[in-house]
Amino acid sequence: MTVALCATAIVVLALLWEVSMPWLDRKLEIRRANRARRRDGAVAVAGYDPGRERRAEQRARELLKSCVNEEEWAMYPDLGFVRIWGNESGASGEDVLSSDLRGVPYAYLVYPHRPVVAYLPQTGRLLNEYCVEFPDETRPYGSTRLPDSDDVLAKWMALKGDERRLITEANMHLPGRQIDPKMLQRDIWRLGRWERERLERARRAPAQPPRTAGPADPTA
Amino acid sequence: MKLLRMRPGYGEQLIAEGDVEVAGDEERLVEAFRRQLELGMWAAVPVTSESGRREAEMVRSFEEVPRTTDRVIFFPRAAGGAR
Repeated sequence: MTVALCATAIVVLALLWEVSMPWLDRKLEIRRANRARRRDGAVAVAGYDPGRERRAEQRARELLKSCVNEEEWAMYPDLGFVRIWGNESGASGEDVLSSDLRGVPYAYLVYPHRPVVAYLPQTGRLLNEYCVEFPDETRPYGSTRLPDSDDVLAKWMALKGDERRLITEANMHLPGRQIDPKMLQRDIWRLGRWERERLERARRAPAQPPRTAGPADPTA
Repeated sequence: MKLLRMRPGYGEQLIAEGDVEVAGDEERLVEAFRRQLELGMWAAVPVTSESGRREAEMVRSFEEVPRTTDRVIFFPRAAGGAR
């Protein structure tokens, strides 16, 4: 009996060790980074380099461009945000956002370093704000913030790949908590006008029609 | 295949690169992949659907990464923002 208990205890300890190692590893790395940051604190602040940040943003933009759809890429510099249709990761709005959304097309407005906003494109009704960040605790240059375009791409990939997971991690608020609802309504109006103008341009130049909406677009 | 990581002040950083069909390379990629997950990163693979639309898949292990993909992008895991 004692031998069996000892063996079980050893197995449990070994399993705990295995499970806790990655966590410890992560904590140690963050601790080392924090210590280095404290040591070089003054240097890091004084060493803020706008050129480096611009280069980082440029690289992030290239990566964003290489990942998102042509329409989404065109939208970002023109409007300052990207619209992502909900439901593309296979989850339904009813499951992810609200039980009222059975079969209703919904979408997200994704801004850099601002909450993700869910809304109903058909009516323009704002649903929720989802406050979410992607902080890099290793703070290579003293900040946890990714370049703007990386933040947008992280949200894009997370919403496309596992919408439910991202929404679960986010803090949900009613619209207006961080972003002015009037600005959101204006952005939705600007998006509609932008799409109409794009379609019009595509009609006038049929030789090179842009992809205005993919097959996954519920309103297409 | 390239493993890229988004980082503040860098844009993306190349973590590892190799051919998954070469045993040594694959081992190195698997190790680098695990290391990033242990550091708390999320991993995504950009993909193109049959209709030509660009999508992304979140992957939780190297086995889930399509063998034909040319890059895996790591980014810090999501955390709830301003309360």
